[in-house]
Amino acid sequence: MAVFKRKPKEIDNNAITPLWNVVLNIIIGIFAFTCVFPFLFVIAISFTDEKVLALNGFSLLPEKYSLAAYQFVFNTGDQLLRSFGVTLMVTVLGTLISLFLITTYAYVLSRRSFRYRNYFSFFAFFTMLFSGGMVPNYIVATQFLHLYNTIWALILPIAMNAFFILVMRTFFQTSVPDALIEAAKIDGSGEFRTFLQIVLPISLPGIATIGLFCTLGYWNDWFNALLYIDDASLVPLQAMLMRIQNNMEFVIQNSMQMGSSFEIAATLPTETVRMAMVVLATLPIALAYPFFQKYFVQGLTVGSLKE
Amino acid sequence: MPAFFKSLIKDKVLWFMVLPGTLWFLIFCYLPMFGTVIAFKDFKIHRDGFFASVLNSKWVGLENFNFLFSTEDAYIITRNTILYNLALISLGLFLAVGIAITLNELVNKRTAKVYQTAMFMPYFLSWVIISFFTFSFLSVDKGILNQVVVYFGGDPISWYGDTRFWPYILIFMGIWKSIGYSSVVYLAAIAGIDKSYYEAAMIDGASKWQQIKFITLPLLKPLMVTLTILAIGGIFRSDFGLFYQIPRDSGVLYSVTNVIDTYIYRSMSTTGNLGMSTAAGLYQSIVGFIMVLVTNSIVKKISKENAIF
Repeated sequence: MAVFKRKPKEIDNNAITPLWNVVLNIIIGIFAFTCVFPFLFVIAISFTDEKVLALNGFSLLPEKYSLAAYQFVFNTGDQLLRSFGVTLMVTVLGTLISLFLITTYAYVLSRRSFRYRNYFSFFAFFTMLFSGGMVPNYIVATQFLHLYNTIWALILPIAMNAFFILVMRTFFQTSVPDALIEAAKIDGSGEFRTFLQIVLPISLPGIATIGLFCTLGYWNDWFNALLYIDDASLVPLQAMLMRIQNNMEFVIQNSMQMGSSFEIAATLPTETVRMAMVVLATLPIALAYPFFQKYFVQGLTVGSLKE
Repeated sequence: MPAFFKSLIKDKVLWFMVLPGTLWFLIFCYLPMFGTVIAFKDFKIHRDGFFASVLNSKWVGLENFNFLFSTEDAYIITRNTILYNLALISLGLFLAVGIAITLNELVNKRTAKVYQTAMFMPYFLSWVIISFFTFSFLSVDKGILNQVVVYFGGDPISWYGDTRFWPYILIFMGIWKSIGYSSVVYLAAIAGIDKSYYEAAMIDGASKWQQIKFITLPLLKPLMVTLTILAIGGIFRSDFGLFYQIPRDSGVLYSVTNVIDTYIYRSMSTTGNLGMSTAAGLYQSIVGFIMVLVTNSIVKKISKENAIF
């Protein structure tokens, strides 16, 4: 029998007692479990046979499994596919636009040599304290910019916010020394080239953090769609889920041209289809988030620093 | 202003770079601020666009505000907004700090990391998806909570039609979604505390509890104060998704789920009374603005270094 050598454990004299450790682990463990449980539960529902579900209700371990919901979604899920496309496009395009706007603005605020930077700081940060409110925003977007039923309505209203600028500016200030910019200037680099080739590359962690915040914001946005989107071909993922929450008609009308939708609705595995769509819409973010988390923690740490 | 023109020439690239963002703030933040004048107008949409609509609408003075505050709604939405926020702020602060300290003390760092990852997950999901999660628990005929109630011999409860439970449900969901995020902020701050404080305390015979009370909490205080001021400044605003998606826009529940934000949205989209909705929004913004200034000046009096500005 092989004897495994155990690595001598470092003894931490200041650790909590084993009893407390167990108690705290149980409390925190239970809470942590409630944070992932609903997701597992919805997955289980989406694989449940609709008849069993109608009889027994939702359950974590259904009597009978079925792939019918996913079959329905994949066979007739035009709307799901389209909404995926809209969300993907809004997320990619939006994140690029946001990053452009945020990094340029924040960089100018971080330059101590720029005489008017305090005015522009105030200009941005005042918006954190006071805002026009929902109605004037709505009127400006629809009457002045004519964004109603355009993809820009999903991008522009959330393209910037003062908090991200604050985080980004702090990042530029702490990671890019003034001396480096001066040195680049002496070497004959123009202001813009310094920004692109020197400042941005060193600031990649900060940019990644803000980029992820933006990505998540665009991916999860449903509010702008609620206000500005009526056209089914422009409905993003979250808003589509919101619409099917209360009526399956939306899915049926948009995914089936033939036959009376009434008849189909009667035989449709409605509840499981809804949950299957939730699973399909959540999966990308659920898979990506352990990777995201690392950057978010970094971003939060930067953001919580008071200058 | 010769200095201004000199800067325009010397820093022309920087001016050029700050321009797109400035335009965005002008259009999406400052133009709507100007638009709040419609709170004092009988707003009618004019065919010549935004400016014409605002200018051509008739002034009505404070009529929109009178109308808003003459209804019971104004009281209900103000009460709901403030009470929910107070509960969310105080409970959120207590739990976030508590969880951060606990996670920091757990002996096995790897499991602590797993808990943290699990708790962070709800933050990444939208309220729409979370409302589906909630529905799987609260659905009257299929939900798991009613199955439990029936199993113990009770009658199924119509969750989406009974106002009694919603304050608790909404507070629970609000905390549930954000706690992973907020505890990480405190955890990061704890990680930044100099270890030698604890070593010195331990040598002096301080218990764990004393270390937390006399080292960790006092050093977290500035962060706690700053974040709480920010939260109190936003006490008149609420997370629209929490109050709109989780109760599934159920009309029966409005008395306990309607907050200023959802009220504005509903009166804008259903009754189309833009003047009054704007008045409600302006009421929200002005009181919110005053709240920030007041809390900040109070903090400034008590301890200068904790104030935000």
